[in-house]
Amino acid sequence: MKKLSLSVIGMYLMMAQAFSQTNATDSAGYKPKKLKLDEINLVSSYYDQTANKSAVMGGRTDEKGNGDVTDFANGIDVTFIGWDKKQRKNTISVGLGIDYHTAASQAYVDSMGTSRNDGTRIYPTLSWSRENERKGTSFSLGTYYSAENNYYYSLGLNGSVSKKNKNNGEFSLKVVGFFDQIKMIYPTEFIPVTKAPPIDSTLQLHYITSASGRSELVNSSGQVVGKSSAPNVPSKSRNTLTASLSFSQIINQRMQGSVELDMVYQNGYLGLPFHRVYYNTGKDTIENLPSQRFKLPIGFRLNYFLGDNIIIRSYYRFYADSWGIVSNTFNVELPVKITPFVSISPFYRFYMQTAARYFAPYAVHTEDEQYFTSNYALAAFNSNSFGAGLRLAPPRGIFTNSLRVLELRYGHYSQTTDLNAHIISLNLTFK
Amino acid sequence: MLKYGLFFLTILAMTSCSHVKEYQKSRVNDSEMSLSSRHVEKNELNAQSYREGSSGANGGKTGGGCGCN
Repeated sequence: MKKLSLSVIGMYLMMAQAFSQTNATDSAGYKPKKLKLDEINLVSSYYDQTANKSAVMGGRTDEKGNGDVTDFANGIDVTFIGWDKKQRKNTISVGLGIDYHTAASQAYVDSMGTSRNDGTRIYPTLSWSRENERKGTSFSLGTYYSAENNYYYSLGLNGSVSKKNKNNGEFSLKVVGFFDQIKMIYPTEFIPVTKAPPIDSTLQLHYITSASGRSELVNSSGQVVGKSSAPNVPSKSRNTLTASLSFSQIINQRMQGSVELDMVYQNGYLGLPFHRVYYNTGKDTIENLPSQRFKLPIGFRLNYFLGDNIIIRSYYRFYADSWGIVSNTFNVELPVKITPFVSISPFYRFYMQTAARYFAPYAVHTEDEQYFTSNYALAAFNSNSFGAGLRLAPPRGIFTNSLRVLELRYGHYSQTTDLNAHIISLNLTFK
Repeated sequence: MLKYGLFFLTILAMTSCSHVKEYQKSRVNDSEMSLSSRHVEKNELNAQSYREGSSGANGGKTGGGCGCN
């Protein structure tokens, strides 16, 4: 009897609750949520390179051509998320990166090898995106700024739109523009001292730009008599415009893939003023490259969840440009889930490229050529890269509740140009 | 030849996809299945784009800045 009474009371309460509901729409009772801190990402990397050729020394292979580099890069990205009155998700991301590098070849911008061989790069970013989850649409706007000692600034602007379809596909269009202003820092033997505007006609003192962008006060015979940051180093512009189309698709419960096509157009000063080229006569000059370049990379990704613990992440890119470089990139990564929250990901990348038609090694170019460079990034070579990553993402955090993801990755990179490098990176995600 | 093969395989795979419902997406929604590069790869991609003649179509930069290290 007691059980029956409880059942009747329970049914009554259920009915009362059901009738108390109004015929409201799905969004009734919905309240917009203010922007709240969602995620903080910290990424740090240490890069260590040994090489025996550098563009600054025109591809020489003696001690002066040393291309050793170290780079310590640190970045922070802070993401805020909120929902507006129309239930659209708004995401604002603010980022800041600071890199410190040393480059042995940079010392030889000054022909005596005494110029500064280090530098710092600072690059803040800001972006906003809005996603309408019901319609499956989103758009974003972003900006980027970067400054370093050998260019005044690099300003980046981007915008994108994307649309999901009912078959688990998503189409995106993104446009990006980078607008750079490069300091015309010449190797010391090319600094036109006597042509520099004199600041004192009686004493014949001139400001010149020394290696690494410092300003120096010199007399008419080129001797440094003081330093100043007063004059502006001349500059030239470089613009990069990119239109990017991508399509991603869930193929089945275990597989998804994407295609991404970039169309890149560059114009302006596309070389660097402190890159030397040595002619076959032994005389040196500054690299000279065309003022336009069109690049066409297309990339394919295909990821497959094999069994319960192994994932195959594959990537292939074909690239061609108007300077004659054709390249192929293959990348495969095999994350193995040791537990649902811990995975180890060995990876291998193979890259091969043909040379730009303007490239020749040290002391091969002839003086009658219009365009010339000895920058080995534009040479024909293959490269191999391998390494592994570790990812920890326990639901209750690592050490503290707020540290949700820890990723550690090591990679070894080698080129057939005798360049070898190691890079170790750490990413921490806080929620 | 290989690039054309990969291209057609990808197109074929995408056009022959089966409809996957929300509750069937546990594997494709796994963080390791993401179709973008990882946060931790960011500086590695930058280093490669500076030392190789090609860039783009991988979520990394296609230009901008010096890249002269």
